[in-house]
Amino acid sequence: MTVRTRTISIATRTMPAMLDYDFMRNAFAAATIVALLSGTVGYFLVLRGQTFAGHALAHVGFTGATGAVLIGVAPLWGMVAMTVAAGIGMGVMGERLAQRDVAVGLVLALALGFGLLFLHFYTAFASQATALLFGNVLAVDVRTVWMLLALGVLSLAALAAISRPLLFASLQPELAEAKGVSLRLYAVAFLAIVALATAECAQIVGVLLVFTLMVGPGAAAQRLTGGIAAGVALSAVLALVEAWGGITLAFYTDWPASFWITALSAAVYLPTAVRTRLA
Amino acid sequence: MNAIELRDVRLALGGRIILDDVSLAVGAREFVGVLGPNGAGKTTLMRAILGLVPPGHGTVRVLGRPAARGNPAIGYMPQVRSGIANLRLSGWDFVAAAVNGHRLGLPIPGRQGRAEVDRVLDLVGARDLARRPLAETSGGERQRLLLAQTLIGRPRLLLLDEPLISLDPHHQRAVVELVKALQADLDIAVLFSAHELNPLLGAMDRVLYLGNGQAALGTVDDVITGPVLSRLYGSEIDVVRLRGRIFVMSGSHDMEHDEHRHDDGAHAHDQHRHTHHASHA
Repeated sequence: MTVRTRTISIATRTMPAMLDYDFMRNAFAAATIVALLSGTVGYFLVLRGQTFAGHALAHVGFTGATGAVLIGVAPLWGMVAMTVAAGIGMGVMGERLAQRDVAVGLVLALALGFGLLFLHFYTAFASQATALLFGNVLAVDVRTVWMLLALGVLSLAALAAISRPLLFASLQPELAEAKGVSLRLYAVAFLAIVALATAECAQIVGVLLVFTLMVGPGAAAQRLTGGIAAGVALSAVLALVEAWGGITLAFYTDWPASFWITALSAAVYLPTAVRTRLA
Repeated sequence: MNAIELRDVRLALGGRIILDDVSLAVGAREFVGVLGPNGAGKTTLMRAILGLVPPGHGTVRVLGRPAARGNPAIGYMPQVRSGIANLRLSGWDFVAAAVNGHRLGLPIPGRQGRAEVDRVLDLVGARDLARRPLAETSGGERQRLLLAQTLIGRPRLLLLDEPLISLDPHHQRAVVELVKALQADLDIAVLFSAHELNPLLGAMDRVLYLGNGQAALGTVDDVITGPVLSRLYGSEIDVVRLRGRIFVMSGSHDMEHDEHRHDDGAHAHDQHRHTHHASHA
């Protein structure tokens, strides 16, 4: 009992301190938007077995972000443009892409390679490479928060609009097709939304770690729930808790927030995987 | 009014002609078993009835109208895919995905939608098992959920593509009896494709046998005969009747069991001495 009261008193004393800083308020605001979007989109991504797409789009986004900087545009817009173009491309290619591991892998490596080249040309920007690759949520400014909010609301609204036929097409493609659902149309629309979510997610955890917020919570939620609505809600909540927890731990330990988010994501997912394996 | 009418229909898939110049009619209250070797066009025929494969020639009419995609009067059970067997999603939510699934919006069914899901689950006696995750259901139980899903929207025609595949004889019988009971109670037409004839004997009104680009529709006694099947297989076929069961033999081989075994996609057909296997896609 004594231990518990002490924890609470520490929390009440230090929480205002943490939120006194502008950068911490921005970080929490950005993390909230991104986590809700990633968790929601991620649930469908896992359900459709397209988790690799999220990872792949992030790599391509890196080229867009560095390329944008080279021509004097905000990296977020470069990333959005590249990921959305790549997402639509992947949707149109569809099945044909699924069996081409080597080709896809090479294109992804090439994308990172180009990103590196653009950084090389724009040397002043090189110090930002780690931030792009591994994220730096504590450096997000107010303008970025507003951009994230606008893109996040747009993506969630689009996902909400197509979620019923998307779910139908994901669970029963042949039946959905027979009932008049265009599989191709929803594949493309969904990957465009995934692309936006990936670009947003990369602002928090970086292009290399988007898996942690896009896939971890969705996969854990699917192992823990039997319903669609409950699963999507749980996925979003898990992403939110992991992102907030990561930032808080980063504040107190001074270790990178991205590290803590990956750690929390794994800590949530792995026990659920073991649990269902044993059950 | 007939459930299905084909007039001089030619169906091709990737340049290969599956059905050529086929005309037939299935009544509005008929249970028709669809048989034939792999690649004979059982799935393609169903997809043509669904409006997904346009005929190269001739007309396909469904319940008095030209076949068109998105026909709410058709219930369809595609061949089982292993994917859903690993989902933790509940059977109820899986079945519910088909309620208004083609319309934009959130996948949260309203009161009417929930009542419709409960209704179709009751029809197949799966109300209780639908609470369990799909991953914890048996093949036979999943088949019942899939059957329930086909009944959403009160279709007048059911197209069931190989519902017996990978089920043991006991569960096969249960599925056939359930479909027969539904067909009689709901007064609808059923097209039921299968690898083996025997599980369907007694349930089906007529049999549609496909092979060699041709089709034979009639009673079991009319169609399952040496001359008719020899024409459809393109090789000498004997029909052996034994204690109420029927065996379709080529030489000493039981054709249907051969087909069944080859279904996992083991393409041993190249060395196979039976020529009819060459048409396998």
